[in-house]
Amino acid sequence: MKFLPLILRNLFRKKIRTTLTVLSIAVALFLYGLLATIDTAFRSGVDAAGADRLICRNKTSLIMPLPVSYRERILQIDGVADLTYASWFGGVYQDPHNFFQQFAIDKDSYLRIYPELVVPKAQMDAFLNDREGAIVGRHTAERFNFTLGQRIPIQGTIFAGTWEFNIRGIYDGRRPEDDTSLFMFRHDYLDERRVWGRGVVGWYIVKVRNPQEAAKVAKAIDARFANSAFESVTEPEKVFMIGFLKQMGNIQLLILSIGLVVLFTLLLVTGNTMAIAVRERTGELAVLKTVGFTDRAVLSLVLVESVAIALIGGCVGVGMAKLLTLAPLSIKNFMPVFYFSPTRMIGGMLLAAAVGFIAGLLPAILAMRLRIVDALRRV
Amino acid sequence: MVKVDGTNNKDALIRVRDLDKKYHRGSEVIDVLQGLNLDVSVGDFVAFMGPSGSGKTTLLNLLGGLDVPSDGTITVAGEQINRMSGRVLSAWRARHVGFVFQMYNLIPVLTAFQNVELPLLLTKLSKSDRRRHVETALSIVGLSDRMQHYPRQLSGGQEQRVAIARAIVADPTFLLCDEPTGDLDRKSADEIMDLLVRLIGEHRKTILMVTHDPRAAERAQSVLHLEKGALVEAHR
Ligand SMILES: Nc1ncnc2c1ncn2[C@@H]1O[C@H](COP(=O)(O)OP(=O)(O)O)[C@@H](O)[C@H]1O
Ligand SMILES: [Mg+2]
Repeated sequence: MKFLPLILRNLFRKKIRTTLTVLSIAVALFLYGLLATIDTAFRSGVDAAGADRLICRNKTSLIMPLPVSYRERILQIDGVADLTYASWFGGVYQDPHNFFQQFAIDKDSYLRIYPELVVPKAQMDAFLNDREGAIVGRHTAERFNFTLGQRIPIQGTIFAGTWEFNIRGIYDGRRPEDDTSLFMFRHDYLDERRVWGRGVVGWYIVKVRNPQEAAKVAKAIDARFANSAFESVTEPEKVFMIGFLKQMGNIQLLILSIGLVVLFTLLLVTGNTMAIAVRERTGELAVLKTVGFTDRAVLSLVLVESVAIALIGGCVGVGMAKLLTLAPLSIKNFMPVFYFSPTRMIGGMLLAAAVGFIAGLLPAILAMRLRIVDALRRV
Repeated sequence: MVKVDGTNNKDALIRVRDLDKKYHRGSEVIDVLQGLNLDVSVGDFVAFMGPSGSGKTTLLNLLGGLDVPSDGTITVAGEQINRMSGRVLSAWRARHVGFVFQMYNLIPVLTAFQNVELPLLLTKLSKSDRRRHVETALSIVGLSDRMQHYPRQLSGGQEQRVAIARAIVADPTFLLCDEPTGDLDRKSADEIMDLLVRLIGEHRKTILMVTHDPRAAERAQSVLHLEKGALVEAHR
């Protein structure tokens, strides 16, 4: 504590240089704050998606169906709030390269379970009134210039023949990560026209009353159908998102790489500042040693100064990032969560401290090794 | 009493025997000090003179434990410092030696008060005790009214007086001054010499001083010349 005046004085003796270094660190930590916030947003988006939804499918494989009779039986299970089902159609529009997914869905319940897929009321009514109606996501609609009322022929591959649908609705996702490439049509139309596979559906989507009970409910569903001809596997929707998460893995890798590059630059900037500081204070460090400061005390002085610079920069950067996440911004409409958590903030400060320590280490060791007689001769 | 012939003087504070210091510059070996003997008693004021490069600074560095001899012994108050190293030597310096340099070597970002306080930061003294010691030291050098000034706000002579205050604040066993007036004008130099003489007379300090300046050397009790790596008494 009694060395504080000395440390503080040293810290601010070259105000411009210290300020620039502090700002570099602040900018980097600000960037860290944003990356951490975005990372949090993506992760929690996935978590939120799966929190109250379970996917129940045939235990053998995703392409094997489940009986339609399971609907009533699942609804009886304690903790189940709602349910819907869908089937894979696997058709081709004009050319196999024009790939997009087509689901046959239960017209009454599917969008109730997926409220993040938004269809205007009038379009929804039109869909409900047209047995050959279809709802297509914005992304696919724009890709093929589908318009409301247009009649679309799709060549069945699983279910033979050419199927024609009327575009009755175009849906948007509430969040940017919602998939808007789906082509959905009515399951009753599929059941009416298909010549095989009636009485089965592709998979069930179960909404649980309480996300905390999801695992328990999933277990209960699978137990209900154990040892039957159609055994089931029920998992939180988030498990289905693993593929999605793996793509996110690349983005996380990108974030990590950016972070590492910035961190490395920061080490050089801070290290350089401290190296200059030590070099121009050679004489003074020698004086300190002359009056009895030990080599280790001199080492600590330099290290403390370096860590202090980094922590000040860290405070500024983390603080700015936090303020940004609190500000009203349009970006928040696209992010389910835009939150810079205290844990991540502390993580940022620790990062800054580590940068200060590592960057200060070499200059500090040079200061420690400095021989008084050589240093004084240079003055 | 100051002696340079190596005969024992039983009340010597500093005793140097057969001191050698060699520097290696590439394959070349420079014998700066060769078989140097010196005895200094408490209260002595010794001036070392000699041409530039004769080894005066080297001798002071060895006496102050800033460097280690190639051979020979240095005993101060019964302790052989040529055997000490690192930490022990740091602690010994802090306890026994006050340094004054030609270029003052004050820390520019600290006030006169804080500069003088530096050696005390290494002691266990309380804040108020440190303040008392610093104030006493600064009043001895006549700078009680300049305590909150920074070095750049002081004249060269005043800076050197702050440096002397820093050297005496921890009440060291002896002072080492390397050309303390070398960078000062006549008047400031005389004031510094007055101060050093007063430290000897009133405060019973022991001072070893290197100087080029005959007027400064005159004020010392004994003047020694460094010739061919050893000390000889000057003929007055
Ligand atoms: N670290 C060193 N390495 C090599 N030579 C040195 C070193 N320090 C001093 N010397 C040499 O030792 C001699 C004495 O130097 P010094 O003690 O500074 O002389 P003075 O103070 O009397 O002018 C000089 O020739 C100088 O070049
Ligand atoms: Mg010299």
